[in-house]
Amino acid sequence: MTDLLRREPRVISAGLGLLADAVTQQSAPVIRVDWAPPMPGTAGDLAVVLADPRRTEANALAVTRMLGCRAHLVDVLPASTALRLRPGEFLHAGPPVDWDRASGPLRGALMGAALFEGLTTDPDSASAGGPAALGIGSLEPCHGRGAVGPMAGVVSPSMWMFVLEDQADGRRSYCSLNEGLGKVLRYGAYSAPVIDRLTWMARVLGPLLQAAVRRHGPVDVTAILAAMVQMGDEAHNRNRAGTLMLLRDLLPAMVESGQPSADVADAARFIGGNDHFFLNLAMPACKLALDAARDIPGAAMVVAMARNGTDFGIQVSGTGSTWFTAPALVPEGLFLAGYGPGDANPDIGDSAITETAGLGGFAMAAAPAIAALVGGSAATALASTQRMYEITLAEHPLFGIPQLDFRGTPTGIDVTLVTRTSVLPQINTGMAGRVAGTGQVGAGLVTPPPEVFPAALRELATRASRNS
Amino acid sequence: MGAEHVQARIGAYADSVTLMQVSARAQAIAGVRGVLVAMATELNLGLLDGLGLRAPAGISPHDLLVAIKADDAAALHAALAVIDEALAHGPGVASGQPGGPGGPEAAPLTTRSAVARAGRGIALISVPGQYALAEAMDALEAGCDVMVFSDNVPVEHEVALKEVAARQGRLVMGPDCGTAIVAGLGLGFANAVRPGPIGLVAASGTGAQQVSCLLDVAGAGCGAVLGVGGRDLSAVVGGRSARTALALLDEDPGTELIMLLSKPPDPQVAAGLRRFADMLATPVQFALIGPGQPDLTTATETALAAIGVPVPAWPAWPAWPTWPVRSAFPTPASQARHALAGGLRGLFAGGTLCDEAMVIATGLLGEIYSNRPFAPELRLDALDPLLPVDHRPLTARHAMIDFGADELTSGRPHPMIDQRLRLDRLDAEAADPATAVIMLDVVLGYGAHPDPAAELAPAIQAAVAARDSLAVVVALIGTAGDPQGLTAQVTTLAEAGADVFASNAQAARFACGLITGTEPARAHGAAK
Repeated sequence: MTDLLRREPRVISAGLGLLADAVTQQSAPVIRVDWAPPMPGTAGDLAVVLADPRRTEANALAVTRMLGCRAHLVDVLPASTALRLRPGEFLHAGPPVDWDRASGPLRGALMGAALFEGLTTDPDSASAGGPAALGIGSLEPCHGRGAVGPMAGVVSPSMWMFVLEDQADGRRSYCSLNEGLGKVLRYGAYSAPVIDRLTWMARVLGPLLQAAVRRHGPVDVTAILAAMVQMGDEAHNRNRAGTLMLLRDLLPAMVESGQPSADVADAARFIGGNDHFFLNLAMPACKLALDAARDIPGAAMVVAMARNGTDFGIQVSGTGSTWFTAPALVPEGLFLAGYGPGDANPDIGDSAITETAGLGGFAMAAAPAIAALVGGSAATALASTQRMYEITLAEHPLFGIPQLDFRGTPTGIDVTLVTRTSVLPQINTGMAGRVAGTGQVGAGLVTPPPEVFPAALRELATRASRNS
Repeated sequence: MGAEHVQARIGAYADSVTLMQVSARAQAIAGVRGVLVAMATELNLGLLDGLGLRAPAGISPHDLLVAIKADDAAALHAALAVIDEALAHGPGVASGQPGGPGGPEAAPLTTRSAVARAGRGIALISVPGQYALAEAMDALEAGCDVMVFSDNVPVEHEVALKEVAARQGRLVMGPDCGTAIVAGLGLGFANAVRPGPIGLVAASGTGAQQVSCLLDVAGAGCGAVLGVGGRDLSAVVGGRSARTALALLDEDPGTELIMLLSKPPDPQVAAGLRRFADMLATPVQFALIGPGQPDLTTATETALAAIGVPVPAWPAWPAWPTWPVRSAFPTPASQARHALAGGLRGLFAGGTLCDEAMVIATGLLGEIYSNRPFAPELRLDALDPLLPVDHRPLTARHAMIDFGADELTSGRPHPMIDQRLRLDRLDAEAADPATAVIMLDVVLGYGAHPDPAAELAPAIQAAVAARDSLAVVVALIGTAGDPQGLTAQVTTLAEAGADVFASNAQAARFACGLITGTEPARAHGAAK
């Protein structure tokens, strides 16, 4: 029985300010909710989903599974082995998209990958003949294969992949190796230096990392994530501390691998000189944690946010593998010299998996050093993280933010909270040039298109009604 | 030629009380003829029509409507500036929130977020009814008791919330019955009532306010008042909250007698509650409101007798206008010795007070037309309350309007806060020669209008001054401790020319008596 009549009354007021004033007038404490109506057209679905008796426990289970995941780097393998990707099979970032609707950077990355795989020698001419002329047999999302890819996210059979594993249950996730910044394949560039780099990564870097990881034993990626958040990284646009911690762990094993010292030095120089190298470990670690929370009936937690340069899509725990998509927005931010807003492609990449798992834009408060890079200040970085608590189910117990007295990052986006508050997940992102072959043009901030959340809510409501 | 401005602010939002205050500030500017700043609900679009303005195409209830009619462009711009400035100040940074390590935090956007920051408490939910479930569910899941003040909450939402509350051992008060006093704290519409041994479980908001105020006058006072929602004792809701509330008061050592106030409940629900009440250690007095039942004043007297407190003469204050009268000898209409010719028009803010007056008036005068009638053929059009459904004029017939009914509060504050619709009606009724007596309720207390008498007095004064044969009778529900000041309110109303009663039942009998000619002319003392 409630202790309503025995407690000293304190009030939480949502609605009329006048009624909260009346409580203050009686000298009782009151906290006021800054309430506004939910996104238009969602009131009915919200009522159905919020009254679904499965929801609370389902969300709690999703959160427990996500937070309970420890991701270890256990191997480095070619995609042909790790993902059983056969010649002519290609993966891309985001929800499904075909060649006809593919954006410039995705087409550029596919042309480069075809060149890298030796399927074509003249991608510019071949691309006029469509995907078949490029030797592209099939095109499917990384997410469907347990993988994630930054920006265009293109994976072809000969590319080497990080293999991450949750050692409690043996589940795995995958991501390619990071190429660095500027003219790189993932931003849609496919010139000769891009292909030469990819070739070196497949010939030298991949095998060397494989030998090092196998010699060192599993690397606890989740532990590095927890440490780097306290060192100024948010694991999306800043991965400097994480990269150096990885190098610290693997360098002795690389030296002892027996590979030529020149190769080891090149690899160490490449990794240490690429502040984003760890991004491709942060992403699959997040993917592994979120995959643990998939397919829980009644759960309204987002398990993937991903973009293919044309569409932005989300997947939700309680709605299986359905993508809820809408046209991707163009990020706002700062541009590299010579580029401006007109050059930017709409949002692209699987890297929003970091925000989905409570990092990236959600951990912005921890990374004041890059606040300016994405067009903000230390204060806006704090406010941005604090705002994300309004739409998340949990605080990540491992990702403590020093600037917030080690409060855990806001983690586990709840579709109902997004539609109720109209607060959209804040995503830190790089910007690709809209023309194939351009590469990176800037970095900034973006959100999902709002309409994907009411769409997911509608499906949750449909399933809840069917269940009742 | 005047100036006009009609604008849809797509997706903008502020609560209805704030918008009412903004409208009033803009309206006060010289040269401004009419202002409507409101969410674009059907009801408010109807009011826009009344201003002679046309709604922008495609506007939806999610949008904010800003409409101004002024004498000239300067006045219009001044009004617009006031509106923009007032709407620019949202709640912003949460008041009284500690800064925390990251500096001051923006105000919480959901009840869930607020509880996470401030800890458990009583959630007071007054968002528009269709959205109330989300906030209330947040509160229940966080282990809070809830009071849903909102009107227009779908009944299936109410049932869902009360089922969750039952599982969690929590109490949901409301919806559609905005009254509670918990541990001495008034929530929603509540009066400053002295503490005492009687506890109320009420499926009637203004009913609970009437009884608690009378208990205060009698010196008995009352303990907790738990408003359980106007529909709680219906078959579909099944008395879920009433049961929890009864059990709570039974556990409360300070409660010696429980009164359960409700409109006639579903027979099965009532039978179940009576069986439940019989098992409690604390006696439960059922006070049901409706035809053939004792009125609220009588029920209060029965309760006083049960705890051994003498029944006082309920206060009444005769009209004593101080304004200059036309005739040489001031004879307010209520002091006339003859019956007044014409109809009785009740304009109520409180639904239960309206019901109670209708029961009494039906007995004394016959059929009463209403927007919530006792028989379907007596229904008035909700938005044009003078027009019965049969479209015959109301002349010499009797009518009572409940301005707190759901259809009259969509996108508007409750009439106990915003009297605009009622004031318009008051002017119209006063101008109708077929009107003999106008009856009003004025409910004081926390949450209510800060000075309702000041708004009503000019209209009452004008009505009574215009015609000797018109009387205004007011039921004034309040206590000496209420923030509006009981004495000041009584004085203002009586000086304007109204006969004022603390008992709604007595006010209704007096009003009817003026028409039948059977009621004593003066309002002093107990008018039994």
